[in-house]
Amino acid sequence: MMKAKGSILVVDDEEIVRDSLASWLEEDGYRVDTAPDGQTALAKLREQAYAVLLVDLKMPGMDGLQVLAEARRLQPDAPVIIMTAYATVDTAVQAMKQGAYDYLVKPFEPEELSMMVGKLTHTQALRRENILLRKALKRRFEFKDMLSKSPKMDAVFELARTAAKSNSTVLILGESGTGKEVLARAIHAESPRRDGPFVGVSCAALTESLLESELFGHEKGAFTGATTSARGKFEIAAGGTLFLDEIGDISPKLQLDLLRVLDAREFRRVGGAQLIKTDVRIIAATNRDLKKLVESGTFREDLYYRLNVIPVTLPPLRERKEDIPLLVEHFLAQFRVEMQKPLEGVSAEGLEMLMAHDWPGNVRELKNVLERGAVLARGPIITPLDLELAPAPPPAGGAARDTADSLREVERKHILATLRQHHWNITRSAKALGIDRVTLYNKIKRYQIREDE
Amino acid sequence: MGEREGILLAWIGTGPMDADMLERVRQQVQATFAVPTRLLRVNGPPGDTLEPRRGQHSSTRILRWLLGTASPGAAKVLGITDVDLFIPVLTFVFGEAQVDGPAAVVSVARLRLTYDERPAPPGLLEARLAKECLHELGHTYGLVHCPDGACVMSRSNSVLDVDRKRAAFCRDCRQRLWELLGGRGG
Repeated sequence: MMKAKGSILVVDDEEIVRDSLASWLEEDGYRVDTAPDGQTALAKLREQAYAVLLVDLKMPGMDGLQVLAEARRLQPDAPVIIMTAYATVDTAVQAMKQGAYDYLVKPFEPEELSMMVGKLTHTQALRRENILLRKALKRRFEFKDMLSKSPKMDAVFELARTAAKSNSTVLILGESGTGKEVLARAIHAESPRRDGPFVGVSCAALTESLLESELFGHEKGAFTGATTSARGKFEIAAGGTLFLDEIGDISPKLQLDLLRVLDAREFRRVGGAQLIKTDVRIIAATNRDLKKLVESGTFREDLYYRLNVIPVTLPPLRERKEDIPLLVEHFLAQFRVEMQKPLEGVSAEGLEMLMAHDWPGNVRELKNVLERGAVLARGPIITPLDLELAPAPPPAGGAARDTADSLREVERKHILATLRQHHWNITRSAKALGIDRVTLYNKIKRYQIREDE
Repeated sequence: MGEREGILLAWIGTGPMDADMLERVRQQVQATFAVPTRLLRVNGPPGDTLEPRRGQHSSTRILRWLLGTASPGAAKVLGITDVDLFIPVLTFVFGEAQVDGPAAVVSVARLRLTYDERPAPPGLLEARLAKECLHELGHTYGLVHCPDGACVMSRSNSVLDVDRKRAAFCRDCRQRLWELLGGRGG
């Protein structure tokens, strides 16, 4: 079946022309809006983005060329086809000079109209896809990208799949590196909006005013440096999904602005007066405890309830360690291709080490450690030496890590802390450190670690 | 057959009706949609559907007329005519339908000709007519155009396009039609 295509605006003072053209285009699966005059057309152009504009040349009041000039200003990316009953070279040249894509003489050959509109909407879709692909990670995310055999993750996937089918707001909670964005992309890819854009914003990365402009766009002259008007993420994500990462970090003012958009489904660009309708599905994420932020008064309670429609919590990697071998296999297969290196796997000792680690940086940290290991490995097997695994934070009550310490010192301190934690039981300490007993003895000897120190 | 059921194929041409050909088309329509399909000769189209300046009939006005006069007891009525059809912005149309509505019209005027405007052999005309009937009726059941050029729901802008497609719905359109028919056939 035909998927929903772009929107087309038909501007013509004759009702029969608007109706017949609209129904002809609707049969092709386009969404069609019509306007009987220039003013109505401009009002629609301020409200919604169109893939193509079909504009009649001769209209009472504002004529087609005036509409064309305004349309070029309001929606420079939308190609305009001028329709005319009088084919004169002069008007055609004038229209093309003003930036019209082409012109059609009424009545049109069906083939000509079909090809022109089809080509334009296809080009528009390709352009949009190209921009998105370049910005995205060059790959499509699906649930199969989230590997797991943990029951905890199964429950997450089940909830996320159900959420994907709806249009409701999803709130993804989880520590850094647990795959919140991957899950958000997977939800988008499985949702009815999959053919629309997936647009992500990291709310913590920008200052309040930059984030405001990033989200809602701005008009020319709205602030110093705003030399042109720009669309915000709410406009860019139209028809798709807007992923608001690190939502727990936004300022009180933006919390209020966001609440208004979620309530009214419309907003104004910074410095703009015109209300713009929005058609996005919101997926928000945070590694912070939003409930606590609400209790402490840092996060608006009404916004929290607006976002917390379908909460999905991603467990940290330390709570699903059974997934580590699977993830190792997955990432190595990826690096094998990317690095063109015949990697076979991680040594048993190395894997033990990976299993013993607490992974405060979660899957992202595991990926980074493995990537480094894959680069450093001299043969097909990645060894513990290649992994250069950062030691886990000291156990509760232990001394804070001195960041100035060398790797040797850090490793020595970490081994000593682990030995103390396990009352110098070598077998248990070695297991906790993810190394074998002989290696631990060697390290104790090399670092001259003593029980009485 | 109860009230407002099935499909009515109404010959609304100005010339004689090719009863044998239309009977075969009727059978094909009935087999495809799995609903009772009747064939009837109705006098028409009325004079006010003609646009003298263009020498063509307005397909939209014919649809309006069909709805008012020619659909006794049928859920869908498809007018088949030999006059050339147009909508105001286009030079011609092979047919027009109300998407998810009760009426549609198809013209054989251009289907009778080859691409270089010579008379088409009778077998070819029948095949084209069957395809266009399935296409317009598909619209009345709520289907829109299909991007699969071989599917009968793909858009035809010329007789070449009509000849290129098959007289059948693609898998996706068949599935969609089945859903639109409430899982009772198609």
